[in-house]
Amino acid sequence: MTRQVRHLVGMGIACVASVALAAQAPAPARYGLGRPATPEDIRARDIDVMPDGRGLPAGSGTVRDGATVYAATCAACHGAKGEGGSADRLVGRNEGDSFAHATNPKLIRTVGSYWPYATTLFDYTARAMPFQRPGTLTPEETYGLVAYLLFLNGIVTEDAVMDATSLPKVVMPARDKFVTDDRTGGKRVK
Amino acid sequence: MIGDSTIKEADVDTNRISRRRVLAAGAAGLVGAAAAPAAQPQDPTRVQGPPGRDVGARSPFEKPVRTAFSPARTATFTPLQDLDGIITPADLHFERHHAGVPAIDPQQYSLLVHGMVDRPTVFTLTDLKRFPGTSMIRFIECSGNGGRAYRLTTPTADLTPQQTDGLTSTSEWTGVRLATLLREVGASPKARWLLAEGMDAAVMTRSVPMSIATDDALVAYGQNGEALRPEQGYPVRLMLPGVEGNASVKWLRRIEVADQPFMTREETSKYTDPLPDGTARMFSLVMDAKSIITEPAFPDRLDGHGWREIRGLAWSGRGRITRVEVSVDGGRQWRDAHLDEPVLSKCHTRFRLPWEWTGQEAVLMSRATDETGYVQPTTAELLKVRGPNTQYHFNNIREWLVAADGVVRLKGGGA
Repeated sequence: MTRQVRHLVGMGIACVASVALAAQAPAPARYGLGRPATPEDIRARDIDVMPDGRGLPAGSGTVRDGATVYAATCAACHGAKGEGGSADRLVGRNEGDSFAHATNPKLIRTVGSYWPYATTLFDYTARAMPFQRPGTLTPEETYGLVAYLLFLNGIVTEDAVMDATSLPKVVMPARDKFVTDDRTGGKRVK
Repeated sequence: MIGDSTIKEADVDTNRISRRRVLAAGAAGLVGAAAAPAAQPQDPTRVQGPPGRDVGARSPFEKPVRTAFSPARTATFTPLQDLDGIITPADLHFERHHAGVPAIDPQQYSLLVHGMVDRPTVFTLTDLKRFPGTSMIRFIECSGNGGRAYRLTTPTADLTPQQTDGLTSTSEWTGVRLATLLREVGASPKARWLLAEGMDAAVMTRSVPMSIATDDALVAYGQNGEALRPEQGYPVRLMLPGVEGNASVKWLRRIEVADQPFMTREETSKYTDPLPDGTARMFSLVMDAKSIITEPAFPDRLDGHGWREIRGLAWSGRGRITRVEVSVDGGRQWRDAHLDEPVLSKCHTRFRLPWEWTGQEAVLMSRATDETGYVQPTTAELLKVRGPNTQYHFNNIREWLVAADGVVRLKGGGA
């Protein structure tokens, strides 16, 4: 083999190698885009509350506190006692806590009859209510509203105080009514 | 979500049936005369037309419109009967929002990804666009779509495909895979769920299982070749192919990675499926196979006997549509319809079947099958497993009754 041929063969191998490299170049572990989030970045947006109480703020509210806030900010849309109006009905239980919603159109879907977690009530009220000025309630006002609505639904007593410790312990009537999705496609309609 | 108490049948905006279909129905002048299109010159070959424009517009003779069912207009429906092919023009993509459409400056926009991650990170829109991107043509359907047809107890109803099922649309979506972002921030292998949160006034939240997030989920900034429309989440939304629309959170501002679902209001008190056994299905995310004939359909009136084409859309959240059958005799006999290419996974698929109408009463139905072997159920089959008062996932077969005089109406007989 002449030196030139050896050189060409070498080039060929190099070319094959580089093609292979180009085709198989793995994505980098990281692209290095974005900037590290500061604790302030996270605090400003991390408003969610989880069923185990993670995310609940300090503060507390009583049923009586909540009644006052409710009358002033919620009753116009949800009714004087949560019976519903232009917005959803919030209060009421079905006879025997029936959960035959699929077959009985007369059953109501309220906090007391359908919501599985009390923490959801805090999370949603704090983030999206009141409708015309969402996100403006203080933690105390929100705890009070949650206490009041749970009381109206017959879930807590009139002297209940809601805070980050007591709220996750509230067991809702519909807590164990939910099942995971068992649909997987295939022949059977579920 | 159609089950809202704010959406009432009485508010049906009948003035919004588009002009083309009114002409087809032989009722020109009742609705269509309102906006007179530019007059056609006597002979267009003898007159120079106007020059080019910066932004195009539809022919003044074409006026497809979305329609709403409530004064609050929290949902608008795509005019399925006015469209062909599989792509929904962006300005006709259905809308569903819980607190209106927010105005967001892309320069001010950022996405926070945090929780069970090694590196909590803030991404600007520019950052997101620097990641390797991808485009995919996929449908989005609101899980409340079709409730009117499911609950129709009268023999027939004057409802268009838009009014029964216009909460489904298809676009080409462009963005960065959510899996890429999760890898970038170092999501924990112990993570099982994430929370997606919007920056509308509902600060909309849904929990998404990691299995979907790391599969084909997209953090999308493009729609049909341009930026997302504001109604579809400008500047950035989540796009979960095949999953009920509500979970593809628009105006996405935050993703929190976690070990359990967050149990938000939407996924507990709203988007759950009560079952006849007294339980309720939770996180019933995937949209099962469905189809609807979009032509002929109300308000069409067949303009004479002879050949015409039955056309419609089929789709499945579990993959590709493999077959669409059409019946013209109320389900006694079925024939395979032609499926237009491309037939894409989790995407509207256009089907067609030539049909010779002889002037007899006919009942037109379509039945979709997807690649899992799932066959679109009849209304009776779905009623049996879900009950009459279920609120979402109405993928039962739609029926159109063609009367001997050619008038086409939605056929009832459901819940």
